[in-house]
Amino acid sequence: MKIALCVKQVPDTTNIRWTENNTMQREGVESVINPYDIYAAELALSIAEKLKDAEITAFTMGPNQAQDMLRKLISIGVDNGVLISDRKFAGADTYATGKTIAAAIKKVLPDFDLIICGQFAVDGDTAQTGPSIAGNLGVPQVTYVKSFEKADNKSIVLKRELDDGIETVKVKYPALICVLQDTFEPRRPMINGIKLASKVDIPVLTLEDLGLSDAQVGLKGSPTYVSRAYRNQSKHNSQKYELSVGESVDLLRDKVKEYGCGECVMGASVAQEEGKDA
Amino acid sequence: MPDQDYSGILIYAQLTRENYIHTVFYELLDKAKMLSEKLNGVDVNAVIFTNPKKIEGLEESFKNMGVNKVYYYDDKRLKEYSTIYYSKLIVDLVGQVKPEILLIGATNQGRDLAPRVSGALHTGLTADCVDLDINENGKLAATRPTFGGELMATILCKNYPQMATVRPNVFKVGSIDDYVNTEFVPLEVNLDGVANNVEIIDFKKTIETEINNLDNAQIIVAGGMGLKNEQGFRLLKDFADSIGGEIAASRPAVEAGLASKSVQIGQTGKTVRPKLYIACGISGAIQHTVGMENSERIIAINKDPDAQIFEIADVGIVGDYFEIIPKFLQG
Repeated sequence: MKIALCVKQVPDTTNIRWTENNTMQREGVESVINPYDIYAAELALSIAEKLKDAEITAFTMGPNQAQDMLRKLISIGVDNGVLISDRKFAGADTYATGKTIAAAIKKVLPDFDLIICGQFAVDGDTAQTGPSIAGNLGVPQVTYVKSFEKADNKSIVLKRELDDGIETVKVKYPALICVLQDTFEPRRPMINGIKLASKVDIPVLTLEDLGLSDAQVGLKGSPTYVSRAYRNQSKHNSQKYELSVGESVDLLRDKVKEYGCGECVMGASVAQEEGKDA
Repeated sequence: MPDQDYSGILIYAQLTRENYIHTVFYELLDKAKMLSEKLNGVDVNAVIFTNPKKIEGLEESFKNMGVNKVYYYDDKRLKEYSTIYYSKLIVDLVGQVKPEILLIGATNQGRDLAPRVSGALHTGLTADCVDLDINENGKLAATRPTFGGELMATILCKNYPQMATVRPNVFKVGSIDDYVNTEFVPLEVNLDGVANNVEIIDFKKTIETEINNLDNAQIIVAGGMGLKNEQGFRLLKDFADSIGGEIAASRPAVEAGLASKSVQIGQTGKTVRPKLYIACGISGAIQHTVGMENSERIIAINKDPDAQIFEIADVGIVGDYFEIIPKFLQG
């Protein structure tokens, strides 16, 4: 069974810079693996533990430094890493990103069974790249996956979170799934994992390797563009008080009265509700 | 320049399992009418997926809403949401009616559906918008928070339809009383050769007690890791009850098992905009504040005078929750 794991390096959100085109400046910024992609990796590894012949290949699109993340994944049990990297990919929106990653998977892993992505990336938080990859490859998708129930070499049974409950679905391969957070202990590198990871060859795919044109990737291949970016300013007063406990309680009482809705302060609404029942 | 072939606004109206229209539709509709005004009064239409006989009850729901046309697909295969079926049929409809703007609520279903539709239509999609407007060139200017809310980006789309999703509770619903003669237009369901490889084997509805009233709450009292343990959350419940509020929690508190996921506020949880939001023991990470900063007023209680939450609160109280709240409750 062949699993493609799609991961993204996200910048540390405390230090953001933008290019002249108002796209994010990624090079030279401290980066971490997107937290949801750690959940995706965990799901891939736990499927691989059940299906002994499973092979996991991690794909990422980004600058050269993203190799480090791939090596970290290899140190915890992922088999291979592929870096999709070309200056021409810069400024891609989710449409162009989906197309590019799909082309890379088609090239390296044409007979994939399952593609696993994180549900969101914490920088963009669009939740669009996974479905975009699935659409480009013409395979079904299962989003908001919480856990997997069972898997064999033909299909997988998953639990997913809907707007009003939890659905259990069975999907036949090939398919793509997007994973929400779950509770687990993060894996530590395997014995010799770090050493192994440092020796693995990580192929780099450029635009030329993917058989796409200039116009299909990066900023040029993106139907959307940022026309303006600005810092989010709070509309609130931000007055801070350091008072005694008693004074704090009084202040809280005053402000709850002032800001709350007249009839529902100080237990009034609770009393009303009870009154209605009686 | 706007494309003459594309005109009007289409909204996907998600139906709940009980055949109600999801509230996010009304929020989108209100905004769509504002956009329509700026576009010389273009039509605002909706599309729904229903299954035999259900359409009748829905006619009433769309009455006096100011929707020009309600397009509907009626087929037993559409009873349960299916990414492949729904996205294929919306793509078919867009091909027929060519809307310049297509809006979808950013529910879990909408976020599953929208990128498949935009991909198949080779157009752009801006997710989780907090503002939609028409710019000087007649194009949709979609503003969304990025980097966990640190920055706002206004995004334009080169192609048509211009697509956007908006989370529930981000837009206010105005008073909708707009008489137009809403026309119901049945559409042909063509799913020939479309294989749905996702089989639903079970569904468990979130039990009633877990459904909360955060969407309609006037006062929300939220707890974070500063509440330390279950006792801290019991105190929070008492506090909330005493002022007629509903309780909510930050992501770390939910992940620590102190509160249910259904009351999680923030980037990966709910977005709320109550009259008053009281944040207790919440540090104020951007991931949390994006879900509550549109509250009319914010009070924050935190021991740490440097907590980020104080930057977005109207009133910041530096102090110990475990001292202040019990005393507050004593009256």
